[in-house]
Amino acid sequence: MKLEIKDLKAQIDGTPILNGVDLTVEEGRIHALMGPNGSGKSTLANVLFGHPSYEVTGGEVLVDGQNILEMETHERAQLGLFLAFQYPVEVPGVTVGRFLKRASEIVRGEDQVKGAGFIKELRKNLEFMGMDQGFINRYLNDGFSGGEKKRMEILQMLTLKPRFAVLDETDSGLDIDALRIVANGLNRMRGPEFGAVVITHYQRILDYIKPDYVHIMYGGRIITSGGKELVETLEAQGYEWLRKEYGIELDEEEEAAYEHGSEAR
Amino acid sequence: MSTEVKPVDIGEYKYGFHYPDRSVYKTQKGLTEQVVHEISDHKEEPEWMREFRLKSLQAFWMKPMPNWGADLSELNFDEITYYAKPTDRQSRNWDDVPQEIKETYERLGIPEAEQKYLAGVGAQYDSEMVYHNIHKELEDKGVIFSDPETAVREHPELVKKFFGTVIPPSDNKFAALNSAVWSGGSFVYVPPGVKVDIPLQAYFRINSESFGQFERTLIIADRDSFVHYVEGCTAPVYATDSLHSAVVEIVALEGARVRYTTIQNWSSDVYNLVTKRGVAYDNATVEWVDGNLGSKRTMKYPSVWLMGDGAHGEILSIAFGGKGQEQDTGAKCVHTASNTSSVITSKSISKDGGTASYRGQIKVEPGLENVKSHVECDALILDPNSKSNTYPYMDIQSDDVSIEHEARVSKISAEQLFYLMSRGLDEAEASLMIVNGFLDPLVKELPMEYAVELNRLIELEMEGSVG
Repeated sequence: MKLEIKDLKAQIDGTPILNGVDLTVEEGRIHALMGPNGSGKSTLANVLFGHPSYEVTGGEVLVDGQNILEMETHERAQLGLFLAFQYPVEVPGVTVGRFLKRASEIVRGEDQVKGAGFIKELRKNLEFMGMDQGFINRYLNDGFSGGEKKRMEILQMLTLKPRFAVLDETDSGLDIDALRIVANGLNRMRGPEFGAVVITHYQRILDYIKPDYVHIMYGGRIITSGGKELVETLEAQGYEWLRKEYGIELDEEEEAAYEHGSEAR
Repeated sequence: MSTEVKPVDIGEYKYGFHYPDRSVYKTQKGLTEQVVHEISDHKEEPEWMREFRLKSLQAFWMKPMPNWGADLSELNFDEITYYAKPTDRQSRNWDDVPQEIKETYERLGIPEAEQKYLAGVGAQYDSEMVYHNIHKELEDKGVIFSDPETAVREHPELVKKFFGTVIPPSDNKFAALNSAVWSGGSFVYVPPGVKVDIPLQAYFRINSESFGQFERTLIIADRDSFVHYVEGCTAPVYATDSLHSAVVEIVALEGARVRYTTIQNWSSDVYNLVTKRGVAYDNATVEWVDGNLGSKRTMKYPSVWLMGDGAHGEILSIAFGGKGQEQDTGAKCVHTASNTSSVITSKSISKDGGTASYRGQIKVEPGLENVKSHVECDALILDPNSKSNTYPYMDIQSDDVSIEHEARVSKISAEQLFYLMSRGLDEAEASLMIVNGFLDPLVKELPMEYAVELNRLIELEMEGSVG
């Protein structure tokens, strides 16, 4: 299975955000997608899943050769795509257990999630994510801390077993322990039948997820891509190198964050 | 994906069937003194009850129609039949109930529920209770569960002491109407210290067309006793309007606790104008769980009068205002003693142009200490044509009072739908999940077995939860 993004263009309220994105993700590969605020990373994630606020103005997204841009969001999920949200939505009154059972029935098939086996699996996944078993009966994301919401996204990914996942800044706002757990979650999924795009602001997650490729996004396009050597250059030279090489301008807050990110390593 | 939210399909009304009208006796259409006499004659009542009815009829005529709340302008009192007697006898055994009436209750699942979950069942068909039964061991403990007519005959001292004291006929126009023409309903007495662990249920069914059902319920929980009473209602779908105007009075004596649960699912041509009130004495608790799903118009504000030190009142109200429906519901708590507390939780959903309004009142009389009240109203509006209103009234005359009031109106958000759909649920299922989630905190308060109608209607999958 292959996820191919070809010359994808999209806008919100008439403002173009994506200006021709090209990216191919094959199964078994982890891609890191980096870039400053406003470069279009989260928009790309939302457009891939058909968020109603964005309008696609050009290009295509193929999953195994089939254009998914005309599909409804739930149909894309049923193809095996998963989005870990940057800002997970609270759904009061719907318990984690009930929700995940139903979603698993839909995306994995009812025969895969029968009875006690599913609950056992869910309990193991909670344990793996360092989450209390009580989360099963809590309302989905309702009253969760920021870190708990992010862990819940990864828990959902482990449980729904997608073939392709997009992690939209799942590492933002996490302390180092939480970051490690989230990275462990992704690494557990890693294998010949799973591909992922990890959208991130910070280099530090790259220490835990050794991506196969890195892409730098700026101005609604991917401006450079590379393999491990680009990761290494980034690790060694940090953001300064990007600025010199590509003229990327960051706001002060981002600059501070990047500096901080480098130091934290 | 479009941003427009598709309506949640809660299914067709499933109880709209009817059997031929085989009443053994019916009064003529409209309301006169003669009609009241006929009802009283048929019940072979003592003179004091006949007097009570006739006085109430005067009050009904004197009282104005409410000029607030739901639109009642199309309600025509002259077109209604006020009394229809379905059979000559009441049974304690379903086999003795006339065939078609028995079939009606079987289709509603009542005899089955009785076997599985209930301590006693009363079934009213038009104007009369056709079936009434209670577990032998409760009877042996002195619990009385009968229709009020039987209570008037067999326990006149209890009836005289409490009947019409919680809700006097002059309370409002529809309480007066009920007091004049009441027929059927339940009389419950629980002796001191007796806990009725499993619920008693009464089921009210209208079969006749253009009919008025006026059942009367009086529940007396003696010191330190407990009882849970559940009421369900349905009616056929006709082209003309019917009227359901009940009066329910609850008396919780010192330390007693009474819980009263209603799942009202009248057909869309029923005016449902009901007065419900409980009084709680020292350390007593009265709880109303009030679900309003059906009817054309509902005006109902279950209330608790906290009359004794340490009394507690709790009202959980849920309303579903669909096409052509106006649910004007809410709650009222009146604190007349110190150290009393009340909690009101209201959830309403409006869709397809329906209206759901919360109307509530908290009243605290002067000179009281340590009074607490918490009111929470949530409304969910499913489409732009539907409406939700909130009318909270506060009348606080003491200082040592803690009152909290929260009101929230929400719409199903595009972000919630997107989130759930990104996990594979289609839009309809995602919407339904959000609606069910909205109601979940309240539905959890219902005993699972009695939430049957609510479950069916809103397709709750309580069995599907894991953990």
